Amino acid sequence: MIEPMTDAAQVPDQAHAALPARWSDYVMLLKPRVMSLVVFTALTGLVCAGKPLNPILAAVAVLSVAVGAGASGALNMWYDADIDALMRRTHARPVPSGRVQAADALAMGIVLSILSVMLMGMALNWLAAGLLAFTIGFYAVVYTMWLKRSTPLNIVIGGAAGALPPVIGWAAATGAAPLNAWLMFLIIFLWTPPHSWALALYTTSDYAKAGVPMMPVAKGPAATRLRILLYSLVLVPAALAPAFTGLGGPGYLAVAAVGGAGFLALAARLAASHAGDSLTARPAGLYDVKAQAKPARDLFAFSILYLFALFLALLAEHLLRIAPLSLLG
Amino acid sequence: MSHPAQETPEAAKARRWRNWLLAGALFAFVILVFVVTIVRLGGHVLD
Repeated sequence: MIEPMTDAAQVPDQAHAALPARWSDYVMLLKPRVMSLVVFTALTGLVCAGKPLNPILAAVAVLSVAVGAGASGALNMWYDADIDALMRRTHARPVPSGRVQAADALAMGIVLSILSVMLMGMALNWLAAGLLAFTIGFYAVVYTMWLKRSTPLNIVIGGAAGALPPVIGWAAATGAAPLNAWLMFLIIFLWTPPHSWALALYTTSDYAKAGVPMMPVAKGPAATRLRILLYSLVLVPAALAPAFTGLGGPGYLAVAAVGGAGFLALAARLAASHAGDSLTARPAGLYDVKAQAKPARDLFAFSILYLFALFLALLAEHLLRIAPLSLLG
Repeated sequence: MSHPAQETPEAAKARRWRNWLLAGALFAFVILVFVVTIVRLGGHVLD
């Protein structure tokens, strides 16, 4: 069930309505760090599609994905303002801190969603626009409004939204979404749970305070560490697959093999650790127990590097394939 | 919604700035749609 509107639109407005917003607050609403990863994976999908595209249209495709991602972020911050206000990691965001009114964040999210989808449809094609619209809707409605507060599988299913950008990029270039595009989707989809749960292991009390049933809150740290290891065991072979489908070459295979070995080693180390154990018992010590949380922090940090390296390898290989052809005319 | 009559000078300045930003963004969008149209028409632009 989609939960009824919470206090998101009320608390910040009433508490801090007079606080003026800075331009950076509106940038923050777009979640620029998430947006950068989304843009990067979409660009990789667009380049890997291998179809020559007018540079202006390619730039518009990437811009559409960026704006769509930003719109999703604004809608997420509008709806989640009440729980963001309760968590240390998010309490300084523009809406819970009162610098941006919830209604403004909602309006910004809706307007940017419509503009990004329209732009993608007009400039590229309506398959890419449809996928972009689906992604925004899935993230804002299915993940944010429904799954996030109702099930520990929130990021498992919700991760589909973050995994779609390379498919959107591919569709923007070709008007189709073949198997290799969905392989890129699969990699991000399988990567999301271990990545998010590693973070959740050292922010457990934050999520518990806000009533968000992240895996460590709902099932405990030990079950979460085991699930991280299991997902890693599936993720690493899946990440090797592009090397055997023609999507990735030898360079990609090397990166996926070395990175995958590192990912598995860190996941095994985390599974054998007690990361997250004392955090649930000591809510006040959220960011204090650094030594105990280190395996979780290390995996979280490495997971970002791992995904970035995989997509960078794909991007570099395809750009190197295109460059000699361009020089030959 | 805050009432304009109760706005502090700082809030009024922020509102004016926001309005200009919105106008700029809309103008940029119009230009972008124009450019995309020209690019998509390609060599047939003068037909």
